[in-house]
Amino acid sequence: MEKFTTHTGVGVPLRRGNVDTDQIIPAVYLKRVTRTGFEDGLFAAWRNDPDFVLNNAAYSSGSVLVAGPDFGTGSSREHAVWALQNYGFKVVLSSRFADIFRGNSGKAGLVAGQIDEKVVERLWVYLEDNPGGQITVDLESKTVTTPGGEVEDSFDIDDYTRWRLLEGLDDIGITLGHEADIASYESGRPSWKPVTQHA
Amino acid sequence: MGKTLAEKVWDEHVVRSTPGEPDLLYIDLHLIHEVTSPQAFDGLRLAGRQVRRPDLTLATEDHNVPTIDWDKPIADPVSKTQVDTLRRNAEEFGVRLHPLGDVEQGIVHVVGPQLGLTQPGMTIVCGDSHTSTHGAFGSIAFGIGTSEVEHVLATQTLPQAKPKTMAVTVNGSLPAGVTSKDLILYLIAQTGTGGGQGFIVEYRGQAIEELSMEGRMTVCNMSIEWGAKAGLIAPDQTTFDYIEGKPEAPKGADWDAAVAHWKTLVTDADAHFDKEIVIEAADVTPFVTWGTNPGQGVPLGANVPSPEDFEEATDKVATEKALEYMGLQAGTPMREIKVDTVFVGSCTNGRIEDLRLAAEIIKGHKVADGTRFLVVPGSVRVRNQAIEEGLDKVFVEAGAEWRGAGCSMCLGMNPDTLAPQERSASTSNRNFEGRQGKGGRTHLVSVPVATATAVRGTLSSPADLVPATV
Repeated sequence: MEKFTTHTGVGVPLRRGNVDTDQIIPAVYLKRVTRTGFEDGLFAAWRNDPDFVLNNAAYSSGSVLVAGPDFGTGSSREHAVWALQNYGFKVVLSSRFADIFRGNSGKAGLVAGQIDEKVVERLWVYLEDNPGGQITVDLESKTVTTPGGEVEDSFDIDDYTRWRLLEGLDDIGITLGHEADIASYESGRPSWKPVTQHA
Repeated sequence: MGKTLAEKVWDEHVVRSTPGEPDLLYIDLHLIHEVTSPQAFDGLRLAGRQVRRPDLTLATEDHNVPTIDWDKPIADPVSKTQVDTLRRNAEEFGVRLHPLGDVEQGIVHVVGPQLGLTQPGMTIVCGDSHTSTHGAFGSIAFGIGTSEVEHVLATQTLPQAKPKTMAVTVNGSLPAGVTSKDLILYLIAQTGTGGGQGFIVEYRGQAIEELSMEGRMTVCNMSIEWGAKAGLIAPDQTTFDYIEGKPEAPKGADWDAAVAHWKTLVTDADAHFDKEIVIEAADVTPFVTWGTNPGQGVPLGANVPSPEDFEEATDKVATEKALEYMGLQAGTPMREIKVDTVFVGSCTNGRIEDLRLAAEIIKGHKVADGTRFLVVPGSVRVRNQAIEEGLDKVFVEAGAEWRGAGCSMCLGMNPDTLAPQERSASTSNRNFEGRQGKGGRTHLVSVPVATATAVRGTLSSPADLVPATV
């Protein structure tokens, strides 16, 4: 995974709460067996609407999504994270994320930063007043800022995920470093626990 | 201080715990399907890794398979590639697979319990958010993304921050004709889609204890719909009776040892929950959704709400958007809403008790003119059992379509979809925009409401039906 320290890019105001993963990418787009190419399914239904924010040229090259509360609810599909990344997003900011979406983001290298609802509102206003306006997201200091200092605030992300993203570490590699602990745990499991294959 | 059920199960699975890091949890059972696994197996291949415990892994095909002509090659070439990829991966990595056509094929959350692989006190994961279903047995079960699927394949563990615990206590008995589906829809309407966020929820109280295992699975299944990490129910005699004799259940001395342990899996009297919710079962009535998230629900006897009914500006806007998408007028009685398609099935309500209930209600009636009624068993075993009991004939005689096993119209990934603006009454779990097909409009309902709706063509309960002349 690539290291993430800081990112500056066009902010996209998505004035919607409860953006579920079926909205981020509908099921019919989940048939690919790769991790790439999902950008065509991103917000597929909404992109038919000429007024949808990503259809506005000022925001279409966005890389920092600013969304309403309960972003990423519903299905566990990591394709939702890939679709955002394949499109070009590096960061999603919201006042509340669904657990699985937040977990998937951390694993795949998309920064899911939790900010106060009031900060979401201020960023929306800033981005609507300044279409194409940029946002800087600094993972080291956990801050979001706009170029003129109109908005300057902190965001939350759990320390472990932040550390892994900053270092660009492979989660599986870290766990395999504890192989001895896993083997020791396995040797103590009760024999009556179910198995799917019998010797 | 004592421990909650969730804390007991969690603590039994900690491989490694270090301050400042998530716990490393051992995973007892990893369920796999065709949609969220291909990239995980690719990751293993790229890194030269193996599946650590194929004997704790089980794969089936459910999300992207047809429910007609399942004995023929899959018509959609992209879907076929996805299913073929799972078959190749299962073969290469030595994973047990129940493919289309196999007697054990079906929705992954129906298959685990019916094989007896789902047992109390386990940790169970799957690349599917409705993995919470297995919590009905007193296990910690939750959905994961594809990166985590790869992690479990490679290590049989997952790093997980310990969630908080919540108790939902349901006092008294559910009224006659009210199902566990109504209960969970009622609860989600009270809490909203984010109300359970960050919690493992234990459902308890008399109404929960009185539910069958299948009813409990319906409740736990929709834990994710109010944002909970997982939902679980303490195992009891109902649980043990359900498991005993299943193909992969412990036998002989192993059974005795297992049950002795399972009986310890209850929340201690002096345990502390971080949050508690209490519900009176008597308050629950047949419940249906009107909007585009599972929290937007009302009693069947109520009217479509108006944006003015809500205080918060965001709720007003959300209601406006939902009504527009759903093509509904505020104030319309829910019972007057005309439905085009009724779907009985899914990991929420696609088990044998659901089909028995639907058959009992529709027997002697006909599906309304202009209404389509799809009955999709959750697994091949459920389908075969229904045929053995003659339920298929009841459905076909009434004018329903009797299908093969799979996720089907729950997520509209296979050909079973709604057309734009087509309206469904669905026993599934999500009414998101476009969930059952682009532009489709979904009302989440219980099995009795779905079946009565199929007969009348408008949202209805069995009480609205003129008695059948059989």
